[in-house]
Amino acid sequence: MSEIHEWRVAELSRQLQAKAVSSVEVTQHLLARAEAHQGLGSFLHLDPERALAQAKLADAQRNDGHAAPLLGVPMAHKDVFVTEGMPTTAGSKMLAGYQSPFTATVVRRLMEAGTVSLGKLNCDEFAMGSANENSAYGPVKNPWDVTRVPGGSSGGSAAAVAARLVPAATGTDTGGSIRQPAAFCGITGIKPTYGLCSRYGMVAFASSLDQAGPMARSAEDCALLLSAMAGPDLDRDATSLDVPARDFTQTINQPRAGATPDKPLSGLRVGLPKEFFGAGVSTDVNEAVQAALAQLTALGATLVDISLPRTELSIPVYYIIAPAEASSNLSRFDGVRYGHRAAAYDDLIDMYQKTRSEGFGDEVKRRILIGTYVLSHGYYDAYYLQAQKIRRLIANDFQAAFQQCDVIAGPVAPTVAWHLGEKANDPVASYLADIFTLSISLAGLPGMSVPAGFGEGGMPVGLQLVGNYLKEPELLQTAHQFQQVTSWHTASPKESVL
Amino acid sequence: MSAPAAQASLLVNGYEVVIGFETHAQLSTASKIFSRSAVAFGAEPNVHASPVDLALPGALPVMNKGAVERAIQLGLAVNAHVAEKSVFARKNYFYPDLPKGYQISQFEIPVVQGGEVSFFLGDEKKTVRLVRAHLEEDAGKSLHEDAALGGGGQSGIDLNRAGTPLLEIVTEPDIRSTAEAVAYAKELHKIVTWIGICDGNMQEGSFRCDANVSVRKPGAPLGTRREIKNLNSFKFMQQAIDYEIRWQIEQIEDGHAIQQATVLFDPDTGETRAMRTKEDAADYRYFPDPDLPPLVISREWVDRVRSEMAELPRVMAERFVRDYGLPEYDATTLTQSQAMAAYFEATAKASGQAKLASNWIMVEVARRLNQDDIDFDAIPVASTQLAALIGRIVDNTISNNAAKQVFDALWQGEREVDAIIEAKGLKQMNDTGALESIIDEVLAGNADNIAQYKAGKDKAFNALVGQVMKASKGKANPAQVNVLLKAKLD
Repeated sequence: MSEIHEWRVAELSRQLQAKAVSSVEVTQHLLARAEAHQGLGSFLHLDPERALAQAKLADAQRNDGHAAPLLGVPMAHKDVFVTEGMPTTAGSKMLAGYQSPFTATVVRRLMEAGTVSLGKLNCDEFAMGSANENSAYGPVKNPWDVTRVPGGSSGGSAAAVAARLVPAATGTDTGGSIRQPAAFCGITGIKPTYGLCSRYGMVAFASSLDQAGPMARSAEDCALLLSAMAGPDLDRDATSLDVPARDFTQTINQPRAGATPDKPLSGLRVGLPKEFFGAGVSTDVNEAVQAALAQLTALGATLVDISLPRTELSIPVYYIIAPAEASSNLSRFDGVRYGHRAAAYDDLIDMYQKTRSEGFGDEVKRRILIGTYVLSHGYYDAYYLQAQKIRRLIANDFQAAFQQCDVIAGPVAPTVAWHLGEKANDPVASYLADIFTLSISLAGLPGMSVPAGFGEGGMPVGLQLVGNYLKEPELLQTAHQFQQVTSWHTASPKESVL
Repeated sequence: MSAPAAQASLLVNGYEVVIGFETHAQLSTASKIFSRSAVAFGAEPNVHASPVDLALPGALPVMNKGAVERAIQLGLAVNAHVAEKSVFARKNYFYPDLPKGYQISQFEIPVVQGGEVSFFLGDEKKTVRLVRAHLEEDAGKSLHEDAALGGGGQSGIDLNRAGTPLLEIVTEPDIRSTAEAVAYAKELHKIVTWIGICDGNMQEGSFRCDANVSVRKPGAPLGTRREIKNLNSFKFMQQAIDYEIRWQIEQIEDGHAIQQATVLFDPDTGETRAMRTKEDAADYRYFPDPDLPPLVISREWVDRVRSEMAELPRVMAERFVRDYGLPEYDATTLTQSQAMAAYFEATAKASGQAKLASNWIMVEVARRLNQDDIDFDAIPVASTQLAALIGRIVDNTISNNAAKQVFDALWQGEREVDAIIEAKGLKQMNDTGALESIIDEVLAGNADNIAQYKAGKDKAFNALVGQVMKASKGKANPAQVNVLLKAKLD
């Protein structure tokens, strides 16, 4: 029997169900492991007492005959989900020590499904970043090479899963924050259709883009988790989709309609946007992605050339809309009611200025400034309004593409994970690295990152799969079938590196 | 948009007054516009503040359908267009009683578009066009120098009011005098309380008016306006606008230009003073709120609200004109409130005398209510009693003057009209024989008046009628006395 931390969610679920191991044992093992690997910087808060109490309860429920698939499965949550009983910082000094009186819907649902919360995971401050170097609580290291970044903003989640500190974690994705760190850390992550998971209890970055999703070590695990996370929350989140909860594990094992078991993806048309395969993609990433595409073909899929002509525009559009919304969303951090407040100040305005100057990091301030600028009188039409128009055109481009294909495939990021500090002083360089994930967020489409091999420095490469609205079952099925014939997702970073 | 031509009679020192209104009507929902906290006045600070109202991280607004429904009602009541799709926007500014750092309001596309409010000023009908009415949330309250905070320059924040649903109703600058302004505000107040979307309590801030006032020479372009904020009584409204008009004219006459400003009225000094000028005007950076999808209102929803709404005052007034033959002025006056209208209808039906019922209610009843400072809901005289009283006037049992005495008795709590007439001996003398003998006696003792009358002096005739009435102790039927006296003299 392999070690407990090697088990993926589905396997852990089977072992727990078979009572080969108890949730308390698994939890103790993973808590010790997380403790031992604090140097990775992935955990901001570990809560052994709470976790063990939940594990004990899960074991008791199992003894009472409960058998939910996630019962007793430990996991951890990105620190942008508010959690009653555990601090929530969003990676910001502004919220140091903040305790929420309520729990995010996504976390609540996962807990109701029986999961055990080990603690909270590091991330870029207010989820703004692509390298997890913007956390007020220090960077997260990539478990494959601790001199490299894990990606961001869900870097703590990706690193913890890749290092097998937890079998699964929650993440949030505003412009690639689940997919890119998943790719950089060699794990599987899905950003669902906008509105599929409730945003209630997610510390808001850009409300029209933010979406929660699972990060784990296989598509099957993601399907298990997403089944618990997704579903309408109309009383708490007005942008929540009124789509009944689904069991995403139901379809992943089946061949596509009309396909045979040896060619389970027969009939699947995979669109390859020419803009995702240009000169901007590094050779190693391109080779890994091409090999993955060949694998999809071997499974019966056909490849179709498509175009997403406004891919490049997605960068300026995103970096107008997201900061605009952020500048407003972050106004509530004013030192009046909770969170950081400057120790000394002369008057109200001085209190605001000192509090916010001290509480926010550079990247957050940069985006507040950009956002405030693009919404200002005289600039609104030229920037914000124009960006909204192009956003609609980008969404239209995808609909045109989906006339020709069922899923879209390409790289998640142009390169593998870069080194810590490499782009820390060049924000535009890291904005440009988001080019393949932003348009999907702007269109509100579901997107996945699936491990697809290794590139420069032995670093993981992610294959991005994008589906049409609410086509998560098709995405997960494609990824799962891919993972039945590949082993990239089962590879682990060397223990000695950690 | 062209303003109506200036009416010479409304000019103040040769200036035309131009006023537009912005009214915040607090909607009578049980819970807040975007959270489930209760809307309640006078509770301990921050008792009614949920994570949404406190703007805690992760909290999100969800639209209260009850507030939308009330906006639809207002739209229908003022003949406006209820937008199929309207948009919530964020108005961004920092203030401690604004927890999110932005107010959720409607900016470019409001829920209610256009419409009008009509009212009578004297017997002249006036119509004020509405620009729009939009839904928004109220802010909290700053408690400055609160004793409980121990002084020391500290301020407290009470968020009980934060998120209270408001409908901001905006007019075109169609109002031309203080009297029109107050009449408009009263009419709007009547509409919102009539349809029940607002309790109308001005002291508690449920109905707050801002008046944009400017003056100009007739025919000149619109003058620079100053906005008087938070007028919370009709009396202050009148004082404030009167003062502001005088002040602006003085400034202009003294050669000073008016600066656009927001002003507050101080009831103690009776003056308005500027809080901030245009230079301080914030850039609110409005943009559509990404937390709230566009507000979609189906025609079915509007139709359902329409079918469930009480008859509107103007519709009821039209019906009073049509069914009871009342003048438009009466019909409008009687539809000041649901209670008044209901009282009229009951009295008119029971007496079969709509016009008399109208007169009595508009004059005597209104006067007594006003005197005792009570509402129609608490009126001590039942409509059946008033109808009985009217019946005794119509059948000549009592005179109008006597009827007033009966009404007084009813007001004091007596019940039976006929018993009162009997007890007070108010029955009119309708017996021709008895009257004639009184007249003969009066004529016998007033030769002077007879002579004057014959010489063509009408006054002398009135003096004789008065003598007869006096001799009958007021019980003679004046009309009958007229006829009999004329017959004797001519």
